[in-house]
Amino acid sequence: MGDVTRAEVCAAACADLFAGAGETLASPMGLLPSLGARLARLTTEPDLLLSDGEAFLLTSESTVEGWLPYRKVFDVVAHGRRHVVMGANQIDRFGNQNISCIGDHGKPTRQLLGFRGAPGNTINHRTSYWVPKHGPRVFVEAVDVISGVGYDNAVGPFHDLHRVVTNLAVLDFGTADHSMRIVSVHPGVEVEDVLSQTGFPLHHDDVGETRLPTDEELDLLRTVLDPAGKRDREVRE
Amino acid sequence: MRDKRMTPDEVVAELHDGMTIGIGGWGSRRKPMALVRAMLRSPLKDLTVVSYGGPDVGLLCAAGKVRKLVYGFVSLDTIAYDPLFRRARETASIDVLELDEGMFQCGLRAAGHRLPFLPIRAGLGSDVLRLAPGLRTVRSPYDGEELVAMPALHLDAALVHLNRADRHGNAQYLGPDPYFDDLFCLAAKKRYVSCERIVDTADLTADAPVQTLLLNRLMVDGVVETPGGAHFTSCVPDYGRDEEFQRRYAEAASDPEKWPGFVDRFLSGTEADYLEMAHG
Repeated sequence: MGDVTRAEVCAAACADLFAGAGETLASPMGLLPSLGARLARLTTEPDLLLSDGEAFLLTSESTVEGWLPYRKVFDVVAHGRRHVVMGANQIDRFGNQNISCIGDHGKPTRQLLGFRGAPGNTINHRTSYWVPKHGPRVFVEAVDVISGVGYDNAVGPFHDLHRVVTNLAVLDFGTADHSMRIVSVHPGVEVEDVLSQTGFPLHHDDVGETRLPTDEELDLLRTVLDPAGKRDREVRE
Repeated sequence: MRDKRMTPDEVVAELHDGMTIGIGGWGSRRKPMALVRAMLRSPLKDLTVVSYGGPDVGLLCAAGKVRKLVYGFVSLDTIAYDPLFRRARETASIDVLELDEGMFQCGLRAAGHRLPFLPIRAGLGSDVLRLAPGLRTVRSPYDGEELVAMPALHLDAALVHLNRADRHGNAQYLGPDPYFDDLFCLAAKKRYVSCERIVDTADLTADAPVQTLLLNRLMVDGVVETPGGAHFTSCVPDYGRDEEFQRRYAEAASDPEKWPGFVDRFLSGTEADYLEMAHG
């Protein structure tokens, strides 16, 4: 299938986020999470539901199969059968995420989007994160504003942070105190690279290598889902 | 039945300094921009604006109309950040109540149902509550679970833009998403709907299913015919977002040197002047 790019490894890692999801609404924010969710649906998770980002649920053949305006998205959020993959301007070791602003909220040095749905998503259903540029400005000791709720602030019965996929590695919170650990580094990445690009200590006792996409996945990515190769512009080697 | 037709300027004349104004739509989608532009031309000030924010928010902030903003986000959708809103925040020139999107909807529902609050999980554990100490939690009397008691977001006035309406205030969306325009109207004392075209009542359902009638006349006090009245935000199927114009807006808004020129050119005349310049 030719040389596998880093972006293709990331897409497969994003697809793996949805393993076992079944009839769940996948809400991927951004290109790589979207490719991952669509890849999962075309391979191992045929029952996933996906919207067009507006108000329609579309099958993998782009047939409209449902109506999901924002108010009904909020119903699914509260109902819980949803897995969102959000971005993060900042994220800390317990998975607290910031998309609100940088600096003091009263007078930010940089205003971002605002809380959006991050507080409700993280308190209601499974949440993962996608970080296309893994670095110490994103992976910080403490976030300036808690938009998405991390494990040390989690309350209620439904909080469920799953994984963080970046251009370097796959991480999760499967430690005794739910602080972040490296699950796997992408082929060509050293554990040291991930540690040096992260602004807090990471557990790294049992680090694997992120799997390569299968031939079927590569074919789908290259010929069906992203023939223009946008993925390789978002994630470079 | 009452004829509720008005002009944008007549709507704005019914608004007063210090009011809490809800603005419908979502991001850069189906915003009542002609009514917003009429507000920009007016001497109104000290407003509390409640909005799933798009360019309505940036424009009103830059014009000095906003004392306080209640929002879940402000975005131009295809352009992530509104530069005018960013400047207002980064210079601390407005007070804010920043909410989770679901909490925002919950507050509108509470107001529409004449309830002091509605319970919701969203917000727990996040900084929404730390930054807004006025927000309280409540314990379930059934199982003791602690929940956010989202207070009603009462509005003095709601401004929304739909595709069609009749002169009595029955109004229709023809795009894929109603957004929350009906909730804004239910939460408000005075409700104004602008639309692309006013038609006879019977024509509303001539070619469209009855489910598209989002607002009925008991939810509406004034109807304004403003073709192009959502420009440059989207108003499908009548028109999509004017991406090129939005880019020009964002570019000018990013540069304090260029912004006065944009205001002079596009926002200093009448609505007709605006549409002519914008499409020219």
